[in-house]
Amino acid sequence: MDLFEYQARDLFEAKGVPVLGGAVATTPEEARTAAEKLGGKVVVKAQVKIGGRGKAGGVKLAENPDDAFEKAKAILGMDIKGHLVRKVMIAGAAPIESEYYLAILLDRSARSFLVMASVAGGMDIEEVAHKTPEKLARVHVNANQGLDKAKAIEIVKKGAFPEDVINDVADVLVTLWKTFQESDATLVEVNPLVKTKDGRIIALDGKVTLDDNAAFRHPDHESLIDHAATNPLEALAKEKDLNYVKLDGEVGVIGNGAGLVMSTLDVVAYAGEKYGVKPANFLDIGGGASAQVMADGLSIILGDPAVRSVFVNVFGGITACDAVANGIVQALEILGDKATKPLVVRLDGNNVNEGRRILNEANHPLVSQIDTMDGAAARAAELAAQR
Amino acid sequence: MTIFIDENTKVIVQGMTGSEGTKHTRRMIASGTKIVGGVTPGKGGQEVEIEGKKLPVFNTVKEAVAATGATASVVFVPPKFAKAAVVDAIDAELPLVVVITEGIPVHDTAAFFAYSQEKGKTRIIGPNCPGLISPGKCNIGITPSDITGPGKIGLVSKSGTLTYQMMYELRDIGFTTAVGIGGDPIIGTTHIDCLRAFQDDPNTEAIVMIGEIGGDAEERAAAFIKEYVTKPVVGYVAGFTAPEGKTMGHAGAIVSGSSGTAEAKKVALEAAGVRVGKTPSETARLLRGILKA
Repeated sequence: MDLFEYQARDLFEAKGVPVLGGAVATTPEEARTAAEKLGGKVVVKAQVKIGGRGKAGGVKLAENPDDAFEKAKAILGMDIKGHLVRKVMIAGAAPIESEYYLAILLDRSARSFLVMASVAGGMDIEEVAHKTPEKLARVHVNANQGLDKAKAIEIVKKGAFPEDVINDVADVLVTLWKTFQESDATLVEVNPLVKTKDGRIIALDGKVTLDDNAAFRHPDHESLIDHAATNPLEALAKEKDLNYVKLDGEVGVIGNGAGLVMSTLDVVAYAGEKYGVKPANFLDIGGGASAQVMADGLSIILGDPAVRSVFVNVFGGITACDAVANGIVQALEILGDKATKPLVVRLDGNNVNEGRRILNEANHPLVSQIDTMDGAAARAAELAAQR
Repeated sequence: MTIFIDENTKVIVQGMTGSEGTKHTRRMIASGTKIVGGVTPGKGGQEVEIEGKKLPVFNTVKEAVAATGATASVVFVPPKFAKAAVVDAIDAELPLVVVITEGIPVHDTAAFFAYSQEKGKTRIIGPNCPGLISPGKCNIGITPSDITGPGKIGLVSKSGTLTYQMMYELRDIGFTTAVGIGGDPIIGTTHIDCLRAFQDDPNTEAIVMIGEIGGDAEERAAAFIKEYVTKPVVGYVAGFTAPEGKTMGHAGAIVSGSSGTAEAKKVALEAAGVRVGKTPSETARLLRGILKA
């Protein structure tokens, strides 16, 4: 889960990373109140989970609370690269002398954690990394050894930070490591980390990504989920513990295993080229899916008005085909008259004969069975095009 | 021959007394795997009967290895306890640990993987993987054992059900070993580890490599193939039509920007001489063509 900037700021503050005061606002009035509390000049910042908002006009300096009201009014409701701005953060303003960059992230290639540090922070850090990689220190940190002050100093020196800030920046880095580890983050990035004219080191903007797999040891992370941005069908799927992603086509897809479902999307997309149809969703019912899970999945897909046909593609491993077949039959019983879209089912693997027999015996008018993945995809695409 | 496992591999099941562990222990025994016992901390000394076999339960992997001579373990314990289970197996210097558990926090995986590297005795496969099978000889994990028999293809894949699908497509030829390496951001055994082992295995004549969008594992595998692998390799990458910026289930399967797309991976693999199919069935056809030629 990616955090909003204000959530990252709150997390930093709680963990002891130096930040400026800040508050989130969903209306211009709230923005004015927040600016009054902070006092002085403030920065009004669009809260979107995408980069480049500064260049898109989503960050503005406000002279006073009334100005904050006006600036928030202009920014709230903006569309930044397809992200609707629903919240702004009102942050204190600081006179900046220098902008630095610090990040700790999961490095998949190295199968380890990576710390990056540079004195060339700010909006163009990606260009710096690309064009002048020597200006960005990259140091791996072993998960079991961690990051102590000595190692932090070594990294900061490698990042060519000026002598007078090395100690303070290293302290921030150690605190960021603590934040990274204690919060089960996969990314903690501060850009920019600034030195103010009065010599303070402050994290001015932060990006944090938390590991959803670690939610069981962080019950507080639940409150950070952004429900407003979630598609209603995706929200419903999440409630049922299903792995669902809404796409913009017409052929509903259900399968077991992320790889097979992705492959199914491809096969449907290729088959659909001829008919001008595309996959409507990704839905993985997972390894040990029961009849109930199948029924839940099917009802979500049939609830999508864009769906015109459904392709159920299952290779029975842990999920035996008979369980899947029973799930389909039960789902259609539960849905009754609400089920109006044709289903093409392809079953193979564990207990396939029993699965196919169950569907044949049920003889539901909406269900047809096809033995191969390619053939079933073609049929589902054809059916979607006919309706 | 096979890679990583063979008919002599003796396996203990960590989490055998749990419902998933029991279910899959039964299936592994039925498919001919030598299961010699289980580990559940606190339940040491018990004995459970699974599939007509009396299996001893131990508190630690070390005790289990001492009593049974186990050479591999398979981990079915829930995410919360997975790190402790894998560390226990590493401490016992077990050569192979197959971690089936899905949903392990990546900080835990990073920690036990770093620990295994430090000790240098243990190969980890997974986590979040179906395990590996050498049909007719040994099956560690949850792969259905009746899809196909022994043969001359080696297969390595991030995805479980796609592995099954590809084994099914090529069921008439059969496999030396099929390895599901898992789709998590950090995995113990990579495509490259398996490619190297298949290249070095005299019985493997051709290799199928299945990838997924996200990360750069396939690109790095392509570079390795160019440098080291002389056997024919066919590839398949799932997610050609996946929209950018959406996560499709696996933590690994994330497309961001232009790198990590199926197309980029296909280009890299083809540049290394790998024939890449756009669907599983096309990939199977490409492999057949190569074996016939």
